[in-house]
Amino acid sequence: MALPTYTETRYRIWHYFYIAICTFVFFFLIAPLFVIFPLSFNAEEFLVFSEGMKRLDPDAFSFRWYHEMVYGTKNPWGLAAKNSFIIAIFATIGSIILGTLAALGLSSRHMPYKGLIMAVLISPMIVPLIISGVAIFFFMAKVGLAATHTGIVMAHIILGTPFVVITVTATLSGFDHSVTRAASSLGSNPVNTFMKITLPLILPGVISGGLFAFVTSFDEVVVVLFLAGLENTTIPVQMWTGLREQLSPTILAVATCLIILSTLILVTAELLRRRSERLRGINR
Amino acid sequence: MSSETKQILTTDGIPLEVSLKKAEKKNKIKAFLLVAPLLLFLFITYVFPIGEMFTRSVDDKMITNMLPKTFKAMEKWDGKELPPEEVFDGFYSDYKVLIENQTQGKLGQRLNKEKNGFNSITKKLMRQIKRNKIDESQSIKQQIMKIHKRWRDVEYWQAIKRTAPPYTMAKYLKGMDMYLAADGSIAQVDEDRRIHRILWLRTLEIALFVTIFCFLMGYPIAHLLATLPMKYSNLLMICVLLPFWTSLLVRTASWMILLQQQGVVNDFFVMIGLVADDSRPEMMYNKVGTYVAMTQILLPFMVLPLYSVMKTISPSLMRAGKSLGGTPFIAFWKVYFPLTIPGIGAGCLLVFILAIGYYITPALVGGASGTLISNQIAYHMKTTLDWSFASAMGLMLLSGVLVIYWIYNKLVGVDNIKLG
Repeated sequence: MALPTYTETRYRIWHYFYIAICTFVFFFLIAPLFVIFPLSFNAEEFLVFSEGMKRLDPDAFSFRWYHEMVYGTKNPWGLAAKNSFIIAIFATIGSIILGTLAALGLSSRHMPYKGLIMAVLISPMIVPLIISGVAIFFFMAKVGLAATHTGIVMAHIILGTPFVVITVTATLSGFDHSVTRAASSLGSNPVNTFMKITLPLILPGVISGGLFAFVTSFDEVVVVLFLAGLENTTIPVQMWTGLREQLSPTILAVATCLIILSTLILVTAELLRRRSERLRGINR
Repeated sequence: MSSETKQILTTDGIPLEVSLKKAEKKNKIKAFLLVAPLLLFLFITYVFPIGEMFTRSVDDKMITNMLPKTFKAMEKWDGKELPPEEVFDGFYSDYKVLIENQTQGKLGQRLNKEKNGFNSITKKLMRQIKRNKIDESQSIKQQIMKIHKRWRDVEYWQAIKRTAPPYTMAKYLKGMDMYLAADGSIAQVDEDRRIHRILWLRTLEIALFVTIFCFLMGYPIAHLLATLPMKYSNLLMICVLLPFWTSLLVRTASWMILLQQQGVVNDFFVMIGLVADDSRPEMMYNKVGTYVAMTQILLPFMVLPLYSVMKTISPSLMRAGKSLGGTPFIAFWKVYFPLTIPGIGAGCLLVFILAIGYYITPALVGGASGTLISNQIAYHMKTTLDWSFASAMGLMLLSGVLVIYWIYNKLVGVDNIKLG
């Protein structure tokens, strides 16, 4: 940002101060993520930069912990990753179906008690996770679904649907309902209209809601800690145990993989958001 | 002309108004049916279980069910002097049933919580009954009173009477470091045992300061993002969005690495000579760690709503303010800042709501002095297994959050929440 030449000195100083603050905040936000990369290649067993790493000695770096993560004996990461992906995928599908249907209903101008129902549907996002965890645990224990994949998937559907509801409702707010009426007047049945007309138009919103639901499930640990047995362990649960008990650099190798995954998700989400804004004509 | 002749009819001869209402109703039902599956699912798996937490937290039916005859007889007792013969008779026959079912131990333990000394005297009574030492043709009252002097103490009978109601507020009082005293009034726990009030205050304090820190750090960068040209701001936006999409545990882990005693931050302090190598400050497992980590983790939730509001403010407004003679500071304070207040409200409420229920980060970097009320709830759920107390504390926290949620809904509207 260039300043006009007539700017007084004190505003000039203030401006550079402001830029300095912003730089610091951006650094504060992003830098912690980057400390993980180099440390995950540590050849030693400690979570600190060794003397060798500070000198950039190639011998101080190794793929040891990545090897450990994949081939280590008795290591829990394989099972955890499998569980995490299975649970997240099913929870995402469930959230998308329930959330999209609800968003379609909520966007109809005939919907009664819209505000109240919306508040209830969004509540799992607002209520502290620990309370959701306790309540869901009581329910799952009563119906015998505690320590099962089904139970955890259901719990994650509860936590994931608000995101789908929000993103799809937002997409539908710019939706031209006359196109569905046109389809109906041309003789299309409601299911066909939805599949051929509505769904392709709201797809960016559905997918980005699905991404939120996926990340929520993939990252969720509080509720899983209440529900999971040994067989249902997930990546976040393993990281939680690891961080509490034996801090091993394997965790950093896993964390690096997760950061790469989240970068991919971020790029997808951003592309979708821009596409959706372009489609709705709000590109600024 | 009567009103009927004015009525417009549809082709089937039905008045238009009726036909329209019918169609409206059909549309209403259609819309509702689309929402119904999710609503039903949430009610069964989520809303009712939260309601169940309430019944669990006030439930005190155990003794009520164990001593039905005693409480029936106690209805007539004024509770001032030793109870009449019928109460003793009732208690004796209730207690015999408990011994047959082998559940008398639970009664002793539960009564002992109400008043110390019950466990031993109920055990004594049990042994007497098992040895058939009690002659049912004689006065039961006299025989029970002979077993131990505490059975002759009216305070113990008053304690039993206090357990009669099937519901209790005791868990909620305990959550605020209070209890029901013997005379039925609400009393404070001794000063050195008031642990919960400290936790509530600390939770509020941490949530408040994290919100303030997030605001102080989030406002400048949201402003920068909103005023920079698109091609730069998109790049900088990644700095906000990447942490937002990254696993919470990964971010907490990175703070654990940074803040540990041999960690990068301390290395840096030593390097610039701020602290000596042998006196590195402890920055983790205390409040500092909780503040730093939570601020970084919640910052995107402040920046995004602020950014979306600031984006809508036209830069010409600031120019107009300046051209009308305001210094840049005045133009900012009188023109720009008031326009961003909706964003500030949304961001602060969101961060505060999220911070007040935080669990994972305080548990990992907080240590003993940085833990919050959520950690206490988890502790009672997992370690002490006092689920009714955990439920009560959870609901106390929830009621606070719901008040803020309600304000948020009034100010921002839940349907205006924006993501990313």
